[in-house]
Amino acid sequence: MVIDIMLSDFFQRALAGGILIGITAPLIGIFLVLRRLSMIGDTLAHVTIAGVALGFLIEVYPLGAGLVFAVVASFAIEKLRKAYKSYAELSIAIIMSGGVALASLFFTLGMGYNTDVMSYLFGSIYTLDTQDLYVVGAVTVVVVAVVALFFKEFFLLSFEEDAASVNGLPVRLLNMLITVLTALVISTAIKIVGALLVSALLTIPVAISLLIARSFKSSVILSVVISEIAVIIGLVIAGIWNLAPGATIVLLLILLLVLTMAGKKGLSV
Amino acid sequence: MFTPNLEDCHQPVVELEHVSFSYRGQQVISDLSFSAKERDFVGIIGSNGAGKSTLLRMIVGLLPAGDGQIRLFGQPIRKFKDWERIGYVPQKNAFNPLFPATVREVVMSGLYNNKTLFRRVGKSQQQRCDDAMEVMGIESIAGKKIGELSGGQQQRAFLARAMINRPDLLILDEPTVGIDAKTQADFFELVTHMHQHHHMTFLMVSHDMGMVESYLGQEPKQQNGSINFYVRHSHDIQNCEVPDLQHSLS
Repeated sequence: MVIDIMLSDFFQRALAGGILIGITAPLIGIFLVLRRLSMIGDTLAHVTIAGVALGFLIEVYPLGAGLVFAVVASFAIEKLRKAYKSYAELSIAIIMSGGVALASLFFTLGMGYNTDVMSYLFGSIYTLDTQDLYVVGAVTVVVVAVVALFFKEFFLLSFEEDAASVNGLPVRLLNMLITVLTALVISTAIKIVGALLVSALLTIPVAISLLIARSFKSSVILSVVISEIAVIIGLVIAGIWNLAPGATIVLLLILLLVLTMAGKKGLSV
Repeated sequence: MFTPNLEDCHQPVVELEHVSFSYRGQQVISDLSFSAKERDFVGIIGSNGAGKSTLLRMIVGLLPAGDGQIRLFGQPIRKFKDWERIGYVPQKNAFNPLFPATVREVVMSGLYNNKTLFRRVGKSQQQRCDDAMEVMGIESIAGKKIGELSGGQQQRAFLARAMINRPDLLILDEPTVGIDAKTQADFFELVTHMHQHHHMTFLMVSHDMGMVESYLGQEPKQQNGSINFYVRHSHDIQNCEVPDLQHSLS
């Protein structure tokens, strides 16, 4: 029976989508965590839901509409961050509440909370269709390519933004690039873990790797490995015991974090 | 016997002309004109809030000059593109000490500038990183996390990062704040040694009068508000007939 589930089309699509998101989420997450912008994940997730709700309302591809909303919101966050330089978190609060308000508005304009929209709130990896998989695949290619291309610049930007400026790097452009990539990752990841849990996939693998890694490069590699372990094992467990896959992945990540912290404490005693 | 014109033989590196800066309606820097030439060592001293760090941030382009003109190597700062000619050592607390970066990764980042976008780090860059770490005596801790080092070691790492491009201008923003007196003295000795032996201009913001006076003299060359400029001119230590100073780290 377990083998039957594993061999089924829906599970294999879920596994492929999960593995792809398992790469991109921590790859972007590390730059957000190190720049103390972890909350951006939550904000963009809420805005994406507004886009998804609008997509259902006007009958366009919901993930596509969510993606456009997230990218527009990422520009708005950058703009607001500049306007309120000393209160960076203010931009996040404003855009997040704006996203929730818009989502509620679109829900009420439509048929109320239907199961389709709910699947984006809590994740529904088993309903991933081929079109979704193509979108996730394209986003993965873009994210991996851009991060590989600007890896050293993103490192300096995250480590010390002033030094990046003094070295003449296009800091504004690089900041914008990270925010847009974040929007792309979030809008595709919500189908897998849901908008309410998406920031866990961006931040917890990074949080674990920061406890162990000895260099920036190893932090990046470790966070992707940890994320993949949680996604693959989480999906298998969820498949066998019929659990919510998104929640299983996130709880598994939290378990890994607790075990790592305990192991580290044990070693240092 | 030929006597060189000591005042004119060195080109200006940093020029400020009638520069002013206001922050939230308060004038921080007012009508400041100043010039540092090749191989000068300039100490910028002042109390907290005097505007010394603001001034440095304007010179490296982190803050726009309100009024007046700033030129780097003869070019207006807006048109300046040769940022690899400038090395920058930040204040000790300018980075997150928990950041998972090794000394090698930090030193190497000095090479990442507007001209190395889309370029891979090659063997020659790795070698330059090794050389810079060796000169600063930190090659044995290359694999250590930057946040786990002592304040003095961290500043040596940042100095190595600033030196990796073999810059013509080295800017140091209160490099010894929060470091014990012995390490401060060692660091200052290292910096003054570099000034005497390398073809570089130094701009250093410091709160440490004692160390500045010992190298730059007791009388400030110029004052602006509560900022004092102490200068050791290039011709005080080298004359124009010595153009052979190797532009190298070793």
